Amino acid sequence: MSGLNQGDMRLSGHGLRCVRGGREVFAGLDFAAGSGEAVAVVGRNGSGKTSLLRLIAGLLVPADGSITLEGGHSELTLPEQCHYLGHRDALKPALSVAENLTFWADFLGGERFDAAESLAKVGLDHAIHLPAGFLSAGQRRRLSLARLLTIRRPVWLLDEPTNALDVAGQDMFAGLMREHLAAGGVIVAATHAPLGIESRELRIGGVA
Amino acid sequence: MAVAGGDCFPNRWKPSMTALAALIRRDIRIALRVGGGALIGVLFFLTVVVLMPFAVGPDLALLSRLGPAILWLGALLASLLTLDRLFMADHEDGSLDLITMSRTPLELACAAKALAHWLAAGLPLIVATPVLGLLLNLDMVATAAVALTLLAGTPALTFTGMIGAALAVTLHRGGLLMAVLVLPLSIPVLIFGVAASQAVIVGPMTFGAPFSILCALSLVSLVIGPFAAAASLRHGLD
Repeated sequence: MSGLNQGDMRLSGHGLRCVRGGREVFAGLDFAAGSGEAVAVVGRNGSGKTSLLRLIAGLLVPADGSITLEGGHSELTLPEQCHYLGHRDALKPALSVAENLTFWADFLGGERFDAAESLAKVGLDHAIHLPAGFLSAGQRRRLSLARLLTIRRPVWLLDEPTNALDVAGQDMFAGLMREHLAAGGVIVAATHAPLGIESRELRIGGVA
Repeated sequence: MAVAGGDCFPNRWKPSMTALAALIRRDIRIALRVGGGALIGVLFFLTVVVLMPFAVGPDLALLSRLGPAILWLGALLASLLTLDRLFMADHEDGSLDLITMSRTPLELACAAKALAHWLAAGLPLIVATPVLGLLLNLDMVATAAVALTLLAGTPALTFTGMIGAALAVTLHRGGLLMAVLVLPLSIPVLIFGVAASQAVIVGPMTFGAPFSILCALSLVSLVIGPFAAAASLRHGLD
């Protein structure tokens, strides 16, 4: 019952159409990503990169088309097997770094790793007892990344993941993504900046 | 919520219990820390009730007749005041997205949030009631009766208020809209809560009948509230 199935997973979308606020964002979108593959979703502002990630995460309902995950856990839905890292980082300023992380680890459930170890990996182990409200934007992003490491999910949906990260942080994150892919995971990332790993490009809405 | 062994629930449910306990702990912690909502509600309740004797005047008989109604109104307004942020805060910082995606059914997560809110913001109102009863010239029995009706009735306020809080997220409107939506739902609770307390103080009704209805209202809202709130949140996904 391990969280990641080796080598035979395939996340795909067919003929996706997304409508938000009465306006069609994109239509007829197809994509596919297998185990160990990263897809970089690119496109100009407002082309629907975030919307695509939210469709996969089950946070938006597609107006048309379907998204499937083959070879995943048979009893879980697709969103239950995804990590979503959005613009908003789901951290409570009143709680400490450790409390924020252990809450999500307890709440999200599934196969988990040591929280302190994940914090060390993202370079936050010196701030474990600091309230999250005192963290800088880059540190908050690092704390969100620690969530991806503490709880194992095969599919990572990342929205501008390198935002606010310094150069060392971007290198660290590229390393983490490589590890995830090597373990058979799937990454779909919306991005403007290069991801720092080998990835397939999925362009939405014409040339930026 | 005792989970005995592994036989009565399928495997899927065991992680849910840990998850719900974690959610309740987190919400209570946030509410009790600086800037949390728990104190605001109690302070508002204290203010309303403390000011009332000054407004009504030194007529002790009138004051003890109005007492239960004042306490109930104070509790109702205090819970409206704090319920507003029940889902809004989680929506704004993105926590609600992760809660929706999680393996815990959204209905149970909503119920857990409401329970945490009641423990952090509703229970202190009931604890404060005996002190405030003194100010309103209520004797021991009357104060106990009001506290008991509040104990039975405030869960109904929280769980119906939760529906309004969820709608406020869905419709992207906070504050006033929520009060307008929720008030009609809280009126029956208010009526039977005050009626049961009055029955003890002035009679001639028995305490049992309105109190049973109050308990029934709470139980019904306990069932309907989480489902309605979850449905509203799912519908408002954006």
